[in-house]
Amino acid sequence: MLGAAGTKRTAAEAGQVETTGGAVTGTSSGVAELPIGRGAKTIEARNVSLYYGDFQAVEDVTMKIEPNKVTALIGSSGCGKTTFLRALNRMHELTPGATVEGEIRLDGEDVYGAGVDPVQVRRLVGMVFQSPNPFPTMSIYENVAAGLNLNAGRMKKTEKDGVVERSLRGANLWEEVKDRLDKPGSGLSGGQQQRLCIARAIAVEPEVLLMDEPCSALDPVATLAIEDLIRELKDRYTIAIVTHNMQQAARASDLTAFFNLEKTGRPGRLVEIGPTETIFTKPEQQATEDYVSGRFG
Amino acid sequence: MAPPVEKQADPSGGALALASTGISGGVLPGWAPYGVVAGSALFAAAALLAAGSFSVGVMLLGAVLVACAVLYSWSRAVEGSRRAKDRVVTLAIAAAFGLAMIPLISLLYEVAKRGIPGLSVEFFTESARGVINGGGAAHAIMGTLVITGVAVLISVPIGIMAAIYLTEYGSGKLRRALTFFVDVMTGIPSIVAGLFAYALFEIFFGPGIRLGVMGSVALSVLMIPIVIRSAEEVLKIVPNHLREAAYALGTPKWKTIVKIVLPTAFAGLVTGVMLATARIIGETAPLLVTTGVIDSINSDPFDGRMQNLAVYAYNEYRSPGVMKQASYDRAWAAALTLIAIVMILNVVARLIYRRYKTETR
Repeated sequence: MLGAAGTKRTAAEAGQVETTGGAVTGTSSGVAELPIGRGAKTIEARNVSLYYGDFQAVEDVTMKIEPNKVTALIGSSGCGKTTFLRALNRMHELTPGATVEGEIRLDGEDVYGAGVDPVQVRRLVGMVFQSPNPFPTMSIYENVAAGLNLNAGRMKKTEKDGVVERSLRGANLWEEVKDRLDKPGSGLSGGQQQRLCIARAIAVEPEVLLMDEPCSALDPVATLAIEDLIRELKDRYTIAIVTHNMQQAARASDLTAFFNLEKTGRPGRLVEIGPTETIFTKPEQQATEDYVSGRFG
Repeated sequence: MAPPVEKQADPSGGALALASTGISGGVLPGWAPYGVVAGSALFAAAALLAAGSFSVGVMLLGAVLVACAVLYSWSRAVEGSRRAKDRVVTLAIAAAFGLAMIPLISLLYEVAKRGIPGLSVEFFTESARGVINGGGAAHAIMGTLVITGVAVLISVPIGIMAAIYLTEYGSGKLRRALTFFVDVMTGIPSIVAGLFAYALFEIFFGPGIRLGVMGSVALSVLMIPIVIRSAEEVLKIVPNHLREAAYALGTPKWKTIVKIVLPTAFAGLVTGVMLATARIIGETAPLLVTTGVIDSINSDPFDGRMQNLAVYAYNEYRSPGVMKQASYDRAWAAALTLIAIVMILNVVARLIYRRYKTETR
C-alpha cells in the first residue's frame, strides 16, 4: 500500500515538473530532506492581507505552516480564520471582489506568482469543507474517484480501484462502505459523508490538506473518528485546520495559531502562533489567555 | 416573578374554559362546511327560481356568499372568531380554486367532445393530398413534430449555454443587459417572431420563400428566452459548495460546470426544455407566415412548405369547403391531437424529473 502511494507521488511530481518548470528543483530537494514526508510541504504566509471588495477581512498575517504537523487556527467567529485558510489554496479569489495582498509560498514558490495556475495550486493543496458536500449525482466510488476522473487522464480500472480503496482506507471508511461502493454518497451518515469528502480530497494525493471546521456538523463520536484520522494523515500531509472547538485544537494539533479582531468591522489579525501546549498553558499574549481560558469569545 | 405565575395559571384556565363549553361544543361537526355550502346552494337556487330569473353563474356566486356568511356566524358562535375567519378564508380559497378550474375543465371537455368524432385511423395515416373533402392530418402531425424538433435542436444548446453564461461567468453590465433583453424577448408577440424569420430568410432566398426550417427559427426566437429563464433558475439552485468542492480538487471551471453543475441540474433542465417545447408546439401565427400551407406530407424542413397541426386546424375552420361539418370535425380533432401531444410532453417531463432529480441541500 505504501509502495503504491510512493509511485503515485512520483508520477504527480513528474506532472508538476511539466507545469511549473524551473521552480521545481528547489521543491523536490526540499521533499527529499524531509524525514518522513513523501510530499508534505511548508506553507509560509508573509504579510498577508485579504479583502472582500473594500472590506478588509484579514490584516498582515505572517506565519508558517509546518509539514507533517497539524496546525490549528482558532479564534472567534468573523476573525478571518476561514478567509485566511481559503487564501492558501486560492479559493478566496473565487468570491467576487475578493483580493489578496502579501505572499503565500508553498515550499518557497509563490502561489500567487505570475504564471501560476490556481487550478494547479488546488491540486497540491486540497480542502475539506465545513459541511460534508459529496457530489449528489455520484456513487461513493465515483465521489472518491472524482478528482481522478475530473483531472487525471485515462486511468486503468484496476489502478483506479486501488486508489479508491487506499483513499477510503486512509479515511477510515473502507470497512463501512466496501459493500456498497455503487450506492449514492448522500445516503451515508453525516460523519461518514465527511470522511468520504476527506477520502475524495486525499485521492488526488495533495501535499497540503486544509480543513475548514470539518467537525462542526458532526456528533462527538464522528468527531473523534475524524480527529484520529487527522493524526494519522499528518504523517503524509501538511494539515491546517480551522476549529471553534478548543478541545479539538488541544487534542489534535501540534501548533496553534490564535486569530482575533479588535472589534467588529476591523480586520482579523494573527495574535500569536506557537506549540499547542504553550498556547493553551502559558501564552505570551493576554488576549490568547483570555480566549483559551474561556473568559471571552 | 409575575410572568411564570401567569403561565402556571394559564393551562388550568384553558382546561376550565374547555370543560365549561364541553369538548364537542367547541368545534363544528366535520360535515359543517359541506352542509353549509350545499344548503346555501339550495337556498340560492330556490331564491332565484322564486324571483323567476335562474342562472347557474348567479346561483353559484350567491351560494358562496351565503355560505360564507352562514359559516362565519355559526363558527363564531361556537368556535370563536379566529376559527371563524379561518373557515371563511378556507371556503373563499376553495371557491377561487373551483373558479380557476372551470375554464380548464370546460375547455378540455369541449375539445374532447368535438374532437373525438373527427378522429379516425385515416386522420393519423393519410395526408390531404388530392382530396377535395376529407383526408387526414398525417402531414400536419409530421410537420408539427419536425418543425418543433428542429426548433428544440436550435434552442436548447443556445438557451442552456446562455444560461450557463449568466449564472457561471457573466457579471456586471453585460450580464444585466442580457437578462433584460431575455426578459424582453419572453414578451415578444409570436407573429413578430414569424415576421423576423421570414425577413431573415427573404434576404437569402428572395420573397415568397416558405420552408419548414423558417418556422423552426421563428419558434426558436420564442423558445430560447424561455429555456434561458428556466435553465438559469435551475442552475442557480445548484449549491455553491458543490462547485467549491470540485475547485478544491483542482478541477478547472469548465469541467466543474460540465461534470458537476449540469448533471446535478439535469432533471430541472430537461423539465424546463419540455415545458418550453409544450409552450411553442401550438404556435400558429409565426408558422402561417413562414412554413405556409400544403396538403401533402413533407418531412424535409429544408425543402418547401410544411403543414402543422395548428395551421391545419385554422385552415379547416376558415375554409371548410362543401362538407362543412367534416372539416370542423377535423379542425377539432387536430386541436385535440395538439393538446394530447402537450400533455404527453408534460407527463414525460414529470417522469424524467422524478427519475433523475438529485437531492441537494
